[in-house]
Amino acid sequence: MFLINCPYCGERDQQEFKAGGEAHIERPKQPTELSDDEWAEYLFMRKNIKGVQFERWNHAHGCRKWFNMARDTSNDEIKAIYKMGEKPPTQ
Amino acid sequence: MRNKYSIFSLFKNALSYHENWQRAWKDPAPKKEYDAVIVGGGGHGLATAYYLAKKHNMQNIAVVEKGWIGGGNTGRNTTIIRSNYLWDASAGLYDHALKIWEGLSQELNYNVMFSQRGVMNLAHNLQDVRDLKRRTHANRLNGIDAVYLNTEEVKKFCPIINTSQDIRYPVLGGTLQRRAGTARHDAVAWGYARGADEMGVDIIQNCEVKSIKRSGDTVEGIETTKGFIKTKKIGVVAAGHSSVVANMAGLKLPLESKPLQALVSEPVKPIIDTVVMSNAVHAYVSQSDKGELVIGAGTDDYISYSQKGSHQIVEGTLNAILELYPIFSRMRMLRQWGGIVDICPDASPILSKTSIKGLYFNCGWGTGGFKATPGSGDLFAHTIANDEPHKLNAAFNLNRFVSGDLVDEHGAAAVAH
Repeated sequence: MFLINCPYCGERDQQEFKAGGEAHIERPKQPTELSDDEWAEYLFMRKNIKGVQFERWNHAHGCRKWFNMARDTSNDEIKAIYKMGEKPPTQ
Repeated sequence: MRNKYSIFSLFKNALSYHENWQRAWKDPAPKKEYDAVIVGGGGHGLATAYYLAKKHNMQNIAVVEKGWIGGGNTGRNTTIIRSNYLWDASAGLYDHALKIWEGLSQELNYNVMFSQRGVMNLAHNLQDVRDLKRRTHANRLNGIDAVYLNTEEVKKFCPIINTSQDIRYPVLGGTLQRRAGTARHDAVAWGYARGADEMGVDIIQNCEVKSIKRSGDTVEGIETTKGFIKTKKIGVVAAGHSSVVANMAGLKLPLESKPLQALVSEPVKPIIDTVVMSNAVHAYVSQSDKGELVIGAGTDDYISYSQKGSHQIVEGTLNAILELYPIFSRMRMLRQWGGIVDICPDASPILSKTSIKGLYFNCGWGTGGFKATPGSGDLFAHTIANDEPHKLNAAFNLNRFVSGDLVDEHGAAAVAH
């Protein structure tokens, strides 16, 4: 349980948010040409990192907007929060 | 040779104030090379080693564990054992385990305190009723005992349940598997460790795997905190940390690791002599032999390895518990803890070979792995020894995420995964 600084609403309880899983997984541009392996990679395979992970969150019980987060999954410490469409921080 | 545990050995050791019991397993330094190495000394890993030694004549093997054996999810779960799964593949897998549970204490000469006190799953809405009836029929077609109970029968089987129809989620019925029940989780790890050790398996604790060495597509060994160990076969049974180990071999798995919480109350006199689970309101409860209520909460929705869950998850579970069992309203909770569970997209496990020769994974058990411990060990040992899955775990291969042949127990299982 932790506080999340929503880029639109400010600091709120994590309870208000919905985790959306790993970020920056790009939807295939030409789905019809994808092999089964590539589909599996897109749909199911996840990095599931222990350490700093980039992920999507949604302020479900607030502004309902999506945003990205860099969070250390080994201790739940939030490293950075950035908006959808922005590049992940390098450090 | 191990001394056999019996009433006579208990008596004999009582005479020397229980100070001369033989060690249950050795504490060896790792050898340079093994025929196989199991990564992860929880129940599943130790069971795998036990069956490799016992049924496949592989005694030159080791189990490496980064902490102490049974210190992970084996020691953190709510010890429920059942096999009333919907799909044929799951029914085969979990009932195989349940059948081994029934003779396990005798086989291991170690009391795992397996208690077939029955598991009841409650229905709280019309869809639950339909789903549970369907599952009862499916179970019976697979030879698994299951009965459907109406509200009165639920009340009769477990009188402390509030079956009043004016609560928010009234009890409309339920299923009962009488062969299901609970076991002592630590004893399962210790019993398998003692059995495996006796057959020559090296159980190496405080030994963390740092990297997996491969040449091309074949494994060569593991680098650990206690040095390099050469081996041709590596069986990874690392639960919540499976993805971390897979990453060392350059593999990606379809897993997400999330915190799952449980809690126990202060001990009280016997009040509930069965296990009651409810998927819809997410509450399940049983009572340990010490008298504590053992309560399972749900998972958080975010990935975390912190072994800490959110407070509102516990609060939600206790709300449901209090509505179903008003008699518990003044109970105090003693302990609450979290563990990290590795969840597959279809909520079914992976017991499989991988694209790397000699590397096998047993993972993805999510929130329900304890019940499968003996069966999982047996089938994973078969898979490692023969380099081919047993027919009971063939459906639980890694390739199902490519072929689309998922074993979708998410909506079908008796309780949320």
